[in-house]
Amino acid sequence: MQELVIEAGRTERHYWRDLWRYRELFYFLAWRDILVRYKQTVLGIAWAVIRPFLTTVAFTAVFKGIAKLSAPGGLPYPLFVMAAVLPWQFFSSSLSESSNSLVTNANLISKIYFPRLIVPAGAVITSFVDFLITLGLLALFMIWYRFVPDWRILTFPLFILLAFGAAFGAGLWLCALNVEYRDFRYIIPFIVQFGLYFSPVGFASADVSAKWRLLYSLNPMVGVIDGFRWSLLRGKSSLDWSTTLLSMTVVILLMASGIWYFRKMERTFADVI
Amino acid sequence: MSDAIIQVENLGKRYRIAHQQQQRSYMALRDVIAHKLAAPFRVLKGRTPRSEIAAPSSDLRPPSSRMEDFWALRNVSFEVKQGEVVGIIGRNGAGKSTLLKILSRITEPSEGRVRLRARVASLLEVGTGFHPELTARENIFLNGAILGMHRAEIRRKFDEIVAFAEVEKFLDTPVKHYSSGMYVRLAFAVAAHLEPEILIVDEVLAVGDAAFQKKSLGKMGHVARTEARTVLFVSHNMTAVQTLCHRALMLAGGELIAAGPVATVVSRYLREAQGSNEEKHWTDPQTAPGNELIRIKRVRILPEGDSELLTMHSPLRLETEYWVVKDGAATHLTYHLINDQGIIVLTTGCPSETRTPGCYRAIFQIPGNLLNSGGYFLKLLIVLNENQVAYENDGIASFTVVDAAARNHACLGREPGVVQPVLTWKTINIQA
Repeated sequence: MQELVIEAGRTERHYWRDLWRYRELFYFLAWRDILVRYKQTVLGIAWAVIRPFLTTVAFTAVFKGIAKLSAPGGLPYPLFVMAAVLPWQFFSSSLSESSNSLVTNANLISKIYFPRLIVPAGAVITSFVDFLITLGLLALFMIWYRFVPDWRILTFPLFILLAFGAAFGAGLWLCALNVEYRDFRYIIPFIVQFGLYFSPVGFASADVSAKWRLLYSLNPMVGVIDGFRWSLLRGKSSLDWSTTLLSMTVVILLMASGIWYFRKMERTFADVI
Repeated sequence: MSDAIIQVENLGKRYRIAHQQQQRSYMALRDVIAHKLAAPFRVLKGRTPRSEIAAPSSDLRPPSSRMEDFWALRNVSFEVKQGEVVGIIGRNGAGKSTLLKILSRITEPSEGRVRLRARVASLLEVGTGFHPELTARENIFLNGAILGMHRAEIRRKFDEIVAFAEVEKFLDTPVKHYSSGMYVRLAFAVAAHLEPEILIVDEVLAVGDAAFQKKSLGKMGHVARTEARTVLFVSHNMTAVQTLCHRALMLAGGELIAAGPVATVVSRYLREAQGSNEEKHWTDPQTAPGNELIRIKRVRILPEGDSELLTMHSPLRLETEYWVVKDGAATHLTYHLINDQGIIVLTTGCPSETRTPGCYRAIFQIPGNLLNSGGYFLKLLIVLNENQVAYENDGIASFTVVDAAARNHACLGREPGVVQPVLTWKTINIQA
């Protein structure tokens, strides 16, 4: 019979095995959040589509209509915007969901053992399901504009993975910080709001002057959005591989450090939540 | 290596408690920043000894002279063997919940070690993770998963759970529309159908109405007795502990102060819980309760016979010592025995008599197998000339009658009723 030893600072050993053992809980939590999210709403799941649709319309109006920007390679502007709105919305909603996830599940944390990593991960998954639905909207847009992607779409999963990593890494940090310091509840909306302006959602990242480009690509969402546009829109929006690699590095660092910090703080979650 | 399935060595859990005006467990970043900025100045003043900074739980916590270590649990060691049912008792704050939290891995110990040699499931609260928007069906699956059941396992037991909770008709209603009783029944039903090797249960039995309590305690008893499961059971219901458990551990102030056969530990617990409220006494006739006729010196409630406790089954003796102050008045004492629901259970008085000044002792007995378990208080009346109430004291003394006997039937709760005499039943066959 296997033996489990509980000791100060000893939880480490079983952690990853436990994560696997509790995979069903992971599935159930995500399932619960998806089920609950649109209960008692009139439009239900349609909300997942309405938000990116309206954002796209508004951004097209502002950046094309008022600021007179144009999309590279003669792309229809709404399509150009939407390819960025989707990952951005996925990122921002998983950020806000996962950062609050531990606090809203406080009753679970203080009563039941399971690898806590499941909670923020479940929140990201929930946003990911919404994201998959919005991909359908993008498909409709493509049909409307009679736009067919080329071979580059094969690289699309890679950029989804990158978006996932960025959302999860940042989510872990904020989630752990939010348990200890509830100030983050107020900081997160700002991050989400400002992030929208610091990410090339309504415009092309090529519009950013070369001087700032390097600094700009430290924002992991720059690589994600550029990648989305490049892979979905036949490469009409150019992709700078060096900045993409930089973004990837940032995302990997964010994930690794997020997991490290989360694991470090996890032991005390039940005591401080 | 011993054959213990749970081995606890020197377990301790330390919390740091902050003495602040606002009591909150989490911190605001603002406080930390403010504290860090102020830290150099404090060091200059030499107010913060370095040792205080060694917080194992979180280095971000500001060291402060207002922080204090609090050991919720310390030096606790015990072993539990396969198939044993062990009760954990103690007053509120004795460390029971902390112990369970460590055993179920919710929180980490600060020192010591636990070895577990089987799968553990803990039930620290019924209905953990229930979501009000979800239906009963959905919640059963969700809650089951949270408690560590696999989907196939839940599906197999689904009908049994639903039948046990008696919610067949409302299976597809969101539980937010449930009455609190239905909610609790459903929650308990899921938990009761768990099948881990070690089950840790905390006070989940006092749920639902009387009928459901019987049912849930019966289920617990069944699990403990017939399935040979290892169970750690925390409860304030001594009857349940006595009946379900083989052994008991008693905690007080975070330390293990007694361990052994359940009857011994439970009676020690009850003795300490009863405390000194069975005796009141006053030394100064000027200020003692009473009036110009009579002053009360002492009121004592004692168990009679070989019982050390005031139990339902043992007779009680009530002694009243008093000073007669005024000469030549015909007086007598009357007691109302009032239970904790405020019902007067009985009234008793001594015959009226004129006594000369001095000190007297009056004694009466309440027979065993009469009072139900629970708290009682005594209302004292000093009566002049047979019918004039000259003095009343609403709570001159109080005591608790406990039910300390194990029972052999399913009901482990307090039977309803003001009194609980033992009646003899006789059943004869009148028609074949």
